[in-house]
Amino acid sequence: MSEQKKIIIALAGNPNCGKTSLFNVLTGMRQKVGNFPGVTVDKKTGVLFLNDKTEALVVDLPGTYSIYPRRIDEMVTFDVLANPDNDSHPDVIVLLADASNLKRNLLFCTQVIDMGIPTVIALNMMDVAEKNNIRIDVSKLEEELGVPVIPMNARDGKGVDKLLKILSADVLKPKRNFIDIQKLCGEATELSNKIPYSNEYEAALLAVLHKELTDFPEEKHKLIDEWVAEKKFIAARFQAEEVLQRYNSINRVVQNCVNEEQKENKSLENTSRIDKILLHPAWGYLIFLGVFFFVFQAIFAWAQYPMDLISSVFSSAGNYLHDLLPAGMINDLLIQGLWAGIGGVVVFIPQIMLLFGFITILEDTGYMARVSFLMDKLMRSTGLSGKSTVPLISGMACAIPAIMSTRNIESWKDRIITIMVVPFMSCSARLPVYTLLISFAVPSQTIFGIFNIRGMWMLGLYLFGFLSAIVAAFIMKLIIKTKEKSLFLMELPIYRLPRWGNVGVTMLEKAKVFVTDAGKIIVAISIVLWFLASYGPGNEIQEVEKKFTDTAFTSQFDAIELDALQQSEKLTHSYAGHIGHFIEPAIMPLGFDWKIGISLITAFAAREVFVGTIATIYSVGSTGDMDMNKLRARMHSEINPQTGEKVFSFATVVSLMIFFALAMQCMSTIAVVRRETKSWKWPMIQLFYMTGVAYLASFITYQLLK
Amino acid sequence: MRILRLPMNKVAVPLSLLRKGDKAIIVSLDDSAISIKLMEMGCMPGEFLEVDYIAPLGDPISIRIGNYLLGLRKDEAVAIKVIKQ
Repeated sequence: MSEQKKIIIALAGNPNCGKTSLFNVLTGMRQKVGNFPGVTVDKKTGVLFLNDKTEALVVDLPGTYSIYPRRIDEMVTFDVLANPDNDSHPDVIVLLADASNLKRNLLFCTQVIDMGIPTVIALNMMDVAEKNNIRIDVSKLEEELGVPVIPMNARDGKGVDKLLKILSADVLKPKRNFIDIQKLCGEATELSNKIPYSNEYEAALLAVLHKELTDFPEEKHKLIDEWVAEKKFIAARFQAEEVLQRYNSINRVVQNCVNEEQKENKSLENTSRIDKILLHPAWGYLIFLGVFFFVFQAIFAWAQYPMDLISSVFSSAGNYLHDLLPAGMINDLLIQGLWAGIGGVVVFIPQIMLLFGFITILEDTGYMARVSFLMDKLMRSTGLSGKSTVPLISGMACAIPAIMSTRNIESWKDRIITIMVVPFMSCSARLPVYTLLISFAVPSQTIFGIFNIRGMWMLGLYLFGFLSAIVAAFIMKLIIKTKEKSLFLMELPIYRLPRWGNVGVTMLEKAKVFVTDAGKIIVAISIVLWFLASYGPGNEIQEVEKKFTDTAFTSQFDAIELDALQQSEKLTHSYAGHIGHFIEPAIMPLGFDWKIGISLITAFAAREVFVGTIATIYSVGSTGDMDMNKLRARMHSEINPQTGEKVFSFATVVSLMIFFALAMQCMSTIAVVRRETKSWKWPMIQLFYMTGVAYLASFITYQLLK
Repeated sequence: MRILRLPMNKVAVPLSLLRKGDKAIIVSLDDSAISIKLMEMGCMPGEFLEVDYIAPLGDPISIRIGNYLLGLRKDEAVAIKVIKQ
């Protein structure tokens, strides 16, 4: 049997140069999303069979314009390439370069070549270059760069065969240097002798960047610090001079290899023409509104059909299994805890897939960069950036996909602030709560002939959520400190048609990541919540059950009433009921009694659960066959036994609305924030600050209206 | 505001002062942290550029440099000194 060889191939290159397409072509559906150790960056890997003897693990590195990172995920690229101890340190690196824009792409290419890692350059987007009369002498370019150069079009797979052929043979270390390191920093030789595996250029890079590395040995840090102090090494000067020297070499390479006719660049002209409409002061914003109205409509309204379908399939399958399995605690745990928890995860998939389908299309076509361009100034006055637009709008449907879409925000500070304020936007789960509360407290009246007051209240609550998000962002902008400056500086890619394969892959991948990562936490919390609502201290629950087997008592009611009553009493005596009593003194000043307290606890599973819990407590039946009018009537007649006043007074109901608008009551959001920030710190801060603000605001509301 | 009316083809001015459609050549970059990033994106002394678009609210701007469009905020563009063509 022949010996199997496993190698690591890294894909790197500028953003927008077709890296994702090539990655998809090379690895097909054999992809996995993990993460780079120690940082909040997704690591996409895939398997590629080069020949019967060699299997390659392809690692997709974050796109970057330079080896010097401008954000956290670009640091990963340097870490992987410069650190031989890194798990993903490649045997070969495939560098993507955009042929239609070679000069800028060569900066990063020459940096990597100078690091001495075996390199193959995939010269992508040859079609765009040809269309714009840019001719590249590939063999000359190979000679100048000293590494294999393969012209290709990753979108339609052209040139991939040749790339695979080169990769199955041994790729040699490049020997070419594009900067004169001796002239730039002669002292680097000394440093490179001290640090194993590093050439002079790498040593100098380490001197600039070593403090940012995640897993770098302490003694090397010390070694470099000493050297920096001794040689009075100034990082910024080295970087600036390196870039200057590099462009000198690159200009020579481009002069020798690229023949660009001074005709018009068709792609850019077309793009300019489209920009004239899409960035127009009036049409631009109108089209923007139209596009996002459409996207919002899709995740808000259309996603409802598959979501309802999933809910009903899960609940009827749950009922079926519940009857099938022997009754008892295990049955309840499996069906009401685990199965319902899984259902609570799966139900988000339609929204996530739809939103990411649209986002990928908008990005692929180049429109997303224009959205940032149009909105940047407006958003920046609130402490956010142009790139926060999409997450904020999506937040009005659901915070889960919205928070997942903050991935596109490069600046760490902008991204954290966006994540922290998105849940203030009124999501669709608040809708049933608002509907119940508004219909309860506000009469259905029409003013000015067309406006229904209830509708105005609903609109008011949406605006309130939006304003809260803006104010919170503004305050956080002042609080959160970072040395990283928010940069806009971004390429506005030419307009192209979306790659449908890419759209599909992204939709599946996002759904998968959500289910596997955030899903676990959601299932765990829902089991805990189920336990709290179904079991009680001592034998209180058994007492209730005993009472309902007593025919003298049960004969007064019909079967449906009886079931509703039993559920209500069980909940009252459960742990959740006890917690409701326990927190009553704390929520009394907000106008809430212990029954509302129970509902607030169960609403942590998802806000809309509030309605179902209130219905259960007031024994008007569970969610399935609930009668809203009956519930409202029951709420009206509820009297506080201590004060003799109505529990659901106007002040209490408005206070509840404010509480739901502001409080962090969604375990799925917490799970997804934990997954996106890779720590418990941010979701916990979010949970406490939002709930704190909600408490305060409800307190003020109630005390004023009382 | 009078300074703006001086002939811009003789003195180097910050890129942020240019109007839509203006063509210019980069003469220098400020000694600031952003300059390295700008150079990495291709904004090198000696390169030609054209202001392709200014966002409706006046900021950011989009310039055509090399063979691509670069979007940048005005406070980033200040670091680039150009002579109008």
